[in-house]
Amino acid sequence: MIYTFGFYLFSSILLASSIMVVFARNPVHSVLFLILAFFNTAGLFVLLGAEFLGMILVIVYVGAVAVLFLFVVMMLNIHMAELKYKLKEHLPIGLMVGIVLFIELIMAFIGWSVADGRAELASPTPAGIENSVALGQLIYTKYFMLFQLSGLVLLVAMIGSIVLTLNHRKGIKKQNIADQVARSRDEAVKLVDVPIGKGV
Amino acid sequence: MGVETQNLLMNYLPILIFLGIAVAMSTVFTVAAFIFSKKAPNAEKLSAYECGFEAFGDARVRFDVQFYLVAILFIIFDLEVAFLFPWAVSLSSIGMFGFWSMLLFLGFLLIGFIYEWKKGALEWQ
Repeated sequence: MIYTFGFYLFSSILLASSIMVVFARNPVHSVLFLILAFFNTAGLFVLLGAEFLGMILVIVYVGAVAVLFLFVVMMLNIHMAELKYKLKEHLPIGLMVGIVLFIELIMAFIGWSVADGRAELASPTPAGIENSVALGQLIYTKYFMLFQLSGLVLLVAMIGSIVLTLNHRKGIKKQNIADQVARSRDEAVKLVDVPIGKGV
Repeated sequence: MGVETQNLLMNYLPILIFLGIAVAMSTVFTVAAFIFSKKAPNAEKLSAYECGFEAFGDARVRFDVQFYLVAILFIIFDLEVAFLFPWAVSLSSIGMFGFWSMLLFLGFLLIGFIYEWKKGALEWQ
């Protein structure tokens, strides 16, 4: 009962917020609706028993990717007044992407419904093993190559973002704490005997 | 739905209850503020106030790209840590191969880390 309630709660909020992502006029509001959609997807994952994926969705997508999207929205410097509602112009492209995704979804569903041993596939983990343990037993040994490839992808992303965005500015004054600490009294202060009435 | 999943979901019941209470309370506060508050709308109350003169700029200014760089570097190490969790709990059953597989993965990211350190990407300028 609670399961069904949870499913309909999460999926209805998910659908509503994803529609709002597209239709919200303010791009910042779009990102906030996207965060709501991420949360509800995490809820759906937990309902499916994919506990680890749900938590990762909250940590990585809500905690990091959404912040990145907010930065991008801020950096694009969109003026509200200039942002006209161009639904008709973008509709064909959006529809095309949507149809492709929908066909992929149908193909995945058909592929799953004729797959061998789908009763085992339907239950996320074998009995008696926790979700994250089951994932760990597969990722690092059976899917070794994919795991290392994901590491390489992360490396490329790291180097790529540094190459693209890092520019050293000339002539900025920086605080060098080691230099400050290493300074001694002798090179900083000088004691001068000043004769009376003469000045330094 | 299997028994395992049912047991798993029972662990999440308090969170669901908490979520319900949070939604109910915030709804009550918002609705109560809407119903019981005194209303004296005035256009001046909504206008921007900037120390007496008219506002001459947008609040949404362009961000420096450095913030973006910090965020993306954060995401990468966030993902690295996310990969460490299932590894840590299943380490007893994946053996030496699993152990070294993770160390290789960490090695790749270590190369990137050294690169960004030497390049000065971690220093704020």
